[in-house]
Amino acid sequence: MTEILGESTGRVEQDHRRARGPFLEVKDLKIHFPTDDGLVKSVDGLNFTLERGKTLGIVGESGSGKSVSSLGIMGLNGTNARTSGEIWLDGDELVGSSADFVRQLRGRKMAMIFQDPLSSMHPYYKVGAQIVEAYRLYNNVSKKQARQHAIDLLGRVGIPEPASRVDAYPHQFSGGMRQRAMIAMALACDPELLIADEPTTALDVTVQAEILDLIRDLQREFGSAVIMITHDLGVIAELADDVLVMYAGKAVEHASAQDIFKRPEHPYTWGLLSSMPRMDRARQERLIPVTGTPPSLIHLPPGCSFNPRCPYCPLTDGRSLTEVPELLQTRPGEAHFVACHLPTSRRKQIWSEEVEPKL
Amino acid sequence: MFSYIVRRLVAAVFLILAVSLITFMIFFLVPRLAGASADDLAVRYVGKTAGAEQIHQQAVKMGFTDPLYVQYGHFLKGLVVGADYDTGVGIDHCSAPCLGYSYQSQTPVLPELLDRLPVTLSLALGAGVIWLVSGVTVGVISALRRGTVFDRSAMTVALAGVSLPIFFTASLSLVLFSYTLHIFPAGGSYTPITENPAQWAYDLTLPWVTLSFLFAAGYARLTRAGMLETMGEDYVRTARAKGLPERTVVTKHALRSTLTPVLTIFGLDLGVLLGGAVLTETAFSLPGLGSYAIQAIDRNDLPKLLGVTMLIAIFVILANLVVDVLYAVVDPRVRLG
Repeated sequence: MTEILGESTGRVEQDHRRARGPFLEVKDLKIHFPTDDGLVKSVDGLNFTLERGKTLGIVGESGSGKSVSSLGIMGLNGTNARTSGEIWLDGDELVGSSADFVRQLRGRKMAMIFQDPLSSMHPYYKVGAQIVEAYRLYNNVSKKQARQHAIDLLGRVGIPEPASRVDAYPHQFSGGMRQRAMIAMALACDPELLIADEPTTALDVTVQAEILDLIRDLQREFGSAVIMITHDLGVIAELADDVLVMYAGKAVEHASAQDIFKRPEHPYTWGLLSSMPRMDRARQERLIPVTGTPPSLIHLPPGCSFNPRCPYCPLTDGRSLTEVPELLQTRPGEAHFVACHLPTSRRKQIWSEEVEPKL
Repeated sequence: MFSYIVRRLVAAVFLILAVSLITFMIFFLVPRLAGASADDLAVRYVGKTAGAEQIHQQAVKMGFTDPLYVQYGHFLKGLVVGADYDTGVGIDHCSAPCLGYSYQSQTPVLPELLDRLPVTLSLALGAGVIWLVSGVTVGVISALRRGTVFDRSAMTVALAGVSLPIFFTASLSLVLFSYTLHIFPAGGSYTPITENPAQWAYDLTLPWVTLSFLFAAGYARLTRAGMLETMGEDYVRTARAKGLPERTVVTKHALRSTLTPVLTIFGLDLGVLLGGAVLTETAFSLPGLGSYAIQAIDRNDLPKLLGVTMLIAIFVILANLVVDVLYAVVDPRVRLG
């Protein structure tokens, strides 16, 4: 009796949190990898929340920690990773949970679409069999029913003649088809959180647009939360509600997509925007790249990690060289966070006078 | 697939013919080039007291005086329709396919080979199963527990295994388990499986373990390396992302890819061994094809040696064919054609 009571109270508490708290909440997430050369701080203090039906875009260069953070949520970083902080997914905390508990959430509660669909699908198994495997793991159905489900899914993601393609091998598909199949595999158990890690990077531009449309449609249909990881701001503009700009394992700017494109405040975000080709403005001489290269994650520059590449670093009276900037709200009441030592007014001025006109 | 196998089999026939020609040349042409006359070749087939005249008669009788292509033609003809050999006291018939006739033991070669084949077959197949299972198991566990005590000690033993010659491990195991501890029978014990399967397995245990130790070591290292590589593949990460239990990820996704190269090498190793595990058979005095070949070499019995060589060639070629077909079955990206 007490056991049943205890269990139900626990469930009430969990339901309470489910009802009240955000669907996904990441708090001070740190993922470090010890190596022979030193500790690699791939993710170093990341915070964000995400609601059902919303899309969070995570942008940044290679090595900024985008993929590692998402693999961290999935629990897929391997035994070498040292993870700390909290990840709350629908009332469950994942960092402190057992590997097996997180494993049972994968596929059903959260699923991931990987970057390179050719290497991400097993070359020896038929596409259908790989979807069936994911579906039957959590659904006690016959092989025939599962196969029908796989055919339905393949049809849903826009693969022609799904009934015959279900028996094809990944290498018999084109790049776009493979990515669709990969999406079908991720959707096999109707996950509530879908993480897409650069889903369009390996595809040509026309197919990219189709895949993005597909993800958006599916999200509307299933009401899932989506994390879209990309280095392509065009993808962000298409899909994201909120945007997290990452640099060297930290968030440097976190705001609505609207704000990121119309009123960005971090010099790195400006750099990303300036290096993006745009068709809606007059074509200028050349794109302005972010100068320099991403820093080593073992020996980060002191102060603001972006300082060696930041043209506005001299304007902070040396604070950028010594003090790590915190991610702070730009103005009270606004969900716009920036980690920069430049005063807010100065940032607004630089954006509107120097950066925006050159875009 | 079917037409591919037929084509490969036809090619195999030509390949075996080529092997027979080359072997024939080595045994019958090379001595001539080295300056030996037909009579020199015939010397060992007559008594010690024989005079030059007798030797020449023997050379003519055995066809050594014929041009080489005629001799080879006789050999091929014997393969197809059989041949008659004059032993001096009567005519011995060697029925088709006649793989040659040994004047020394006055017997056709093929029946002797077939007589010894079960021993070699038992030894090679039994050891093959043992080393494949143990090598792959140890390799997988080592890879999954990289850097642990198990991994380090297994790899040290494996290094010893590939380094120690079989005549050493064989002698050691005989001294230890047979002559000292009396757990297993001494060398030379062999019971056909048809007579008593339990005794058959018991008699062969030491040779099996000794032979498989050598191979298992290599297979463990190969599997470990392959497994380490495969576990880092994107599709293994995908399998984990689906929520599959680690056991399924390893056995169904990672091991499947790792086993492909292992099976390839297994087929080839087995093909070679079927032609006679020379050292193991000699060390354990097993009456197999390997010890048969050694005896033939000792006695300079060319027809026997030619027969064994042909048989080895056939096994290796067949093993290659089986491996190629299996490869296409295992890996759908491989197309036969």
